[in-house]
Amino acid sequence: MMIFFKKYLYGDYGDKETPQGINSLGTQANEWPLWEVFIRSKQGLDHKHVGSLHAADAQMAIENARDVYTRRQEGVSIWVVESKYIHASNPDDAESFYEPANDKVYRHPTFYDLPDEVKHM
Amino acid sequence: MSTNTFIYSLHLADNALILAQRNAEWTGHGPVLEQDIAITNISLDLLGQARNFYQYAASQYNNFSDEEKKAVDKYVPRVWKEYNRELQEDDLAFLRDEHQYLNLLIAELRKGDWAQTVLRQFFFSTFQFYLYQQLQSCSNKDLTAIAEKSIKEVAYHLRWSSEWVIRLGDGTKESNQRIKNALTDQWAFTGEMFQPASYELIDVFSLKDEWLKKIETIFAEATLEVPKQTWMQSGGKEGRHTENFGYLLTELQYLQRTYPNSQW
Amino acid sequence: MEPQEKLFQEKIDNEVRIEPKDRMPEKYRQTLIRQISQHAHSEIVGMLPEGNWISRAPSLKRKQILIAKVQDEAGHGLYLYSAAETLGISRDEMIEQLHSGKAKYSSIFNYPTLTWADMGAIGWLVDGAAIMNQVPLCRASYGPYSRAMIRICKEESFHQRQGFESLLVLSKGSEEQRAMVQDAINRWWWPSIMMFGPHDSESQHTEQSMKWKIKRFSNDELRQRFVDMCAEQVKLLRMALPDPDLKWNEERQHYDFGKINWEEFWNVVSGNGPCNKQRLGARRKAWEEGAWVREAAKVHAEKRAARNKEQTAA
Repeated sequence: MMIFFKKYLYGDYGDKETPQGINSLGTQANEWPLWEVFIRSKQGLDHKHVGSLHAADAQMAIENARDVYTRRQEGVSIWVVESKYIHASNPDDAESFYEPANDKVYRHPTFYDLPDEVKHM
Repeated sequence: MSTNTFIYSLHLADNALILAQRNAEWTGHGPVLEQDIAITNISLDLLGQARNFYQYAASQYNNFSDEEKKAVDKYVPRVWKEYNRELQEDDLAFLRDEHQYLNLLIAELRKGDWAQTVLRQFFFSTFQFYLYQQLQSCSNKDLTAIAEKSIKEVAYHLRWSSEWVIRLGDGTKESNQRIKNALTDQWAFTGEMFQPASYELIDVFSLKDEWLKKIETIFAEATLEVPKQTWMQSGGKEGRHTENFGYLLTELQYLQRTYPNSQW
Repeated sequence: MEPQEKLFQEKIDNEVRIEPKDRMPEKYRQTLIRQISQHAHSEIVGMLPEGNWISRAPSLKRKQILIAKVQDEAGHGLYLYSAAETLGISRDEMIEQLHSGKAKYSSIFNYPTLTWADMGAIGWLVDGAAIMNQVPLCRASYGPYSRAMIRICKEESFHQRQGFESLLVLSKGSEEQRAMVQDAINRWWWPSIMMFGPHDSESQHTEQSMKWKIKRFSNDELRQRFVDMCAEQVKLLRMALPDPDLKWNEERQHYDFGKINWEEFWNVVSGNGPCNKQRLGARRKAWEEGAWVREAAKVHAEKRAARNKEQTAA
């Protein structure tokens, strides 16, 4: 019994944690897109990346960003960009220059187009 | 006249408190996390408005002459009278009897599904917006100040809810049907907003045209039609409520009634 | 160790943050996804026991404070889901894992909130324990996680203070109110110290997590700190912690405390707590009933985009 229970320690579960990735494209197709949020505070000089959120459209994304990341402060400037439109470099990793598809900001599986034969990745 | 201001403050406070209470029911149950935050934010805003109005009402009362106090006696909570201390915001919010609350009936309708919530918010916030605009330039400095403080957030509520009405009206077949159902349920409760009560300091009837124009504009984009029905429900402004109200008060008042005159 | 792994470990040893695009061992990524998403789930499920009392809050001020607190928790969940998504898992996938029972959430939230004093007890004890776990994570090795934790910790300490203050007011009130406080403390104390997890000797993954600086202090270390702190604070409330074995140990310079009922712990974690079914049921219901809303917003956005395209093409 104890061994069975031990598998479900708070903070631990299973040894093989694999997000479903391409396999669950079904759920992802229905998902609202992910947006990155950039905030410039009232006294700030530039916009800083603060995190992300899901929204159905740009208007909603901005309103959500105001609610979540600024707690409705005034005089704050908000930029939202759909994550898929951000291209990123990785200065440390020399190999990334040889992988043109590897310029997406995250490892988000939907950013990658893989042939159908590759089922479990 | 001054006693009217007291009663009017209660009406404005009750509108905000009762709707805040309804909106907060979504906490932890919203259709998506970001919207859970949005609707609770609106609830908080309304609660802030309610507190401002109740505090103002309480301070008015405490400064009334004996004659004035007598004139408004039926609006004041029975239970509080036994406490032998000054009237406070919480006494007004938690201890009046059902017939003493003066909120619009539309505020106490059940939260329903998301369509019912956003449609009700849209109707209510449009009204509040034009009302507070008027209040901003009325003769009472305290009410003016509260309206000024609140109108920005009300503008936000109006924008948020009108966008949702459009999304649902011009969304899927299901969302369109649901908001049409909500419209059928709620339309009869919108007329009360423009039926003047004796204690109101703003001529609410004069707000009707602007309000309707806004509704029509948003409805057009939402592919919804303004109902032709003209018969309206009323009674809230006089303390005659719907069946929902008793249950709402039971939850709202439970602790204050069970542990009278305590600190929290 | 392979050269890449060596480089990775060096970064960690030198307190250089790992960012989303950096190479990382698969196990590190998996462990982080699991830890961060479960933390997020905990925040979201945690909204429910406290949300229960919003409609019944005893004053306007307390109602505002409680709504704001629960809203903060939603925001924390959001920061954490956002951090987890940088590792290659989507929000929907994580939610599915929660609803299917695959992912866990902090089992403290499987206990019921029975009185108003529970709100204060949760703020003081549960948030207190959470803060103790979370502050070290502000220096976690993974950038997005540590940044999310910094935001969260700022807001959380506020909650703990408000919870304690609420209990303080009640403890100075009527006899019934004082009894309410003691009763709440009696019910929330042991589950709170169980929040630190099993004893170090029973915790499988601690060693690797500590090497990767995903976990910075051991369960027992944090738990001891927490007990020491609360044993002092409870005196201010003129209440007692429900532990007859709680005693200051002059030699150790710490409080000794009683045995934890691990059978209860494992049972609650594995689904037999008083509210497990309710909590998960509520989350599933909210998600399912919200499907048409999410769908409508998506469809509307697509319609709008198509119209805009037509207009610009015209």
